[in-house]
Amino acid sequence: MEPLIQINAIGAPIRLVNVNTDQLFPARFIKKPRAVGYAQYLFHDIRRTDAGDINPNFSLNDPKFESAQILFAGANFGSGSSREGAVYALYDSGFRAIFAPSFGEIFAANCLKNGVLTARLDREKIKSIHDALDLAQEPKVSIDIDQERLTLPAGQVIKFSLDPFQKHCLMNGLNEIDLSLQFNDEITAFEESHRMTCPWTAL
Amino acid sequence: MPSTLFDKIWTTHVVTDRGDESLLYVDRVLLQENSFHAFDKIRREGRTIRNPNQAFGFSDHYVPTRNRELGIDGIRDPEIRNMVELITSDTETYGIELFGLGHDYQGILHVVGPEFGITQPGLVIAGADSHTSTHGALGAYAFGIGSSEVAHVLATQTLWRSRPKTLRVTISGERRAGVSSKDLILFLIRTIGSGGAVGYAVEYSGDTIDELSVEARMTVCNMSIEAGARAGLIAPDQKVFDYMRGKPMAPTGTKWDQALAYWETLQTDPGSVFDREVQIEASEIAPQVTWGTNPEMVTDVTGSVPDPDVEQDLERKSRMTRALEYMGLYANQMIQSIPLDRIFIGSCTNSRIEDLRIAAQVMKGQTCRIPTMIVPGSEQVKRAAETEGLHEIFQLAGAEWLAPGCSMCVGINGDMLASGERAASTSNRNFEGRQGKGGRTHLVSPAMAAAASITGQFENISSYAEARSWNL
Repeated sequence: MEPLIQINAIGAPIRLVNVNTDQLFPARFIKKPRAVGYAQYLFHDIRRTDAGDINPNFSLNDPKFESAQILFAGANFGSGSSREGAVYALYDSGFRAIFAPSFGEIFAANCLKNGVLTARLDREKIKSIHDALDLAQEPKVSIDIDQERLTLPAGQVIKFSLDPFQKHCLMNGLNEIDLSLQFNDEITAFEESHRMTCPWTAL
Repeated sequence: MPSTLFDKIWTTHVVTDRGDESLLYVDRVLLQENSFHAFDKIRREGRTIRNPNQAFGFSDHYVPTRNRELGIDGIRDPEIRNMVELITSDTETYGIELFGLGHDYQGILHVVGPEFGITQPGLVIAGADSHTSTHGALGAYAFGIGSSEVAHVLATQTLWRSRPKTLRVTISGERRAGVSSKDLILFLIRTIGSGGAVGYAVEYSGDTIDELSVEARMTVCNMSIEAGARAGLIAPDQKVFDYMRGKPMAPTGTKWDQALAYWETLQTDPGSVFDREVQIEASEIAPQVTWGTNPEMVTDVTGSVPDPDVEQDLERKSRMTRALEYMGLYANQMIQSIPLDRIFIGSCTNSRIEDLRIAAQVMKGQTCRIPTMIVPGSEQVKRAAETEGLHEIFQLAGAEWLAPGCSMCVGINGDMLASGERAASTSNRNFEGRQGKGGRTHLVSPAMAAAASITGQFENISSYAEARSWNL
């Protein structure tokens, strides 16, 4: 995984709330191998109108936000299923950071495993960022992960906070399985004692 | 110090701590066809699987519900077929038991887990599917994970987790006639919202919950994720112990005695403090019907579609407007006046034998007015239903009696709604496009779905004279 330290990129607003993983990555695409590139499936059905045309009202269809790598979304973003394809689709589209008042928790965990930052900002802050992005000609945002702050196009600085472990993993691009295997002795000791106290659980 | 059911399971599974996170031991991991990314990761990184005996594979999301006698050859779409082949070869390669196509116990992972005794009180269970919360009905801490975490569990038998906050939902009082556990959980989501339980492990308690059968409790825990919860749990009681006894993987002999003695301790101690409490009066709950594109957009069957124009919150208003547009409904339309095209009875929420018995009670001697699919949750459920003759009731009514799997709940095996088609469904998600692009889903209980199949519209089953005698 690539370390994530600083992001300087276009930020895009997603004004919808409760965006679920079926919207991020419709289930019919789950069976596609990752090698085909999941970017084409991101927001597949929201990007288009019910008639199949490009939906001009969806922010990511706006040329201004076309190359966005940062999302500022509504509450409960990524709710619904556990499909990690939703994160692959974001990642393959270039997204590296998402801010929202709250997240579907399985989705947020999946983001972390793929080197995509998720951080909470309250509804008012998100709204003010949406306004700032709309106003800016070039809605460029910079994120300093170590300092836990983002800078909006007009220079306004907004602080966010990260779980220290999440931050450590992101900044170092760590593979969590390698990290956890460092606890192999502890896991083995736990397992032995667990099987002694709850022998019916051993398989 | 008094501790909650959740605390007890958590504490006994912590391997080590690191800041706010604990390395939790995972007793069982449940896989499905979509887990192919996890196996790819294992291969790519050259990992070994620590305890293949603690992992179980299920072919459920992509299996066909028709032409099952043809086995894998019954799947014509090469991509769908590939998914079923991948879980077969991956589980075989790594020595993981697979409840695959043709297996006597094949079925939906959240139906087979409990009925096979894989699910037990006090376990930590991680599943490659968000509805893994279902297993909490037996008093387990069970939650869904993505592919990277599946790979992590396979390689280490553990997961890093921050401790969730605890929420107790107490439901008390007698249910109205025709009101099932599906209505209880839909009403809860309506009350607290689809993000209302984010960050929480939810324990359901109260005499209404105590009174529910073990299967009915699974429906409640199953949809905990639709409120954003990390898990839903119910303390195991005599009903659970009776349910466990004799299951293929349940402990036997002295191990049963040891297990039972332990399971009996898995209660929330009196005086335990929860981070949050919600109380619900069961008698206030009518049969529920969703009208929108999120499970929180739900109302009483006797109610009407809400009017976005009277909504003060602009964000909510625009959501409602979009939902009505997608659903093809108008403000103040009576729920009972919505004409339906199709019925789906199935899914990990409502495809167990008790669900089918209820549907059969409603449909007995009647004729389906609209196309109706009935998809049992597992081969075992299918056999039980056929032994009881339920399939004949369904078939005589004109319903399709199909083979087990997730089917039209998620619409990826080929069973799906056409664009614009409107279904009453016993599943768990009414998201846009969930049951097929452009498809319109109304979530309801099995009794409601069965009644709707007879008349082609939603019925207030609470007013049915016979509803009192249904074993809901």
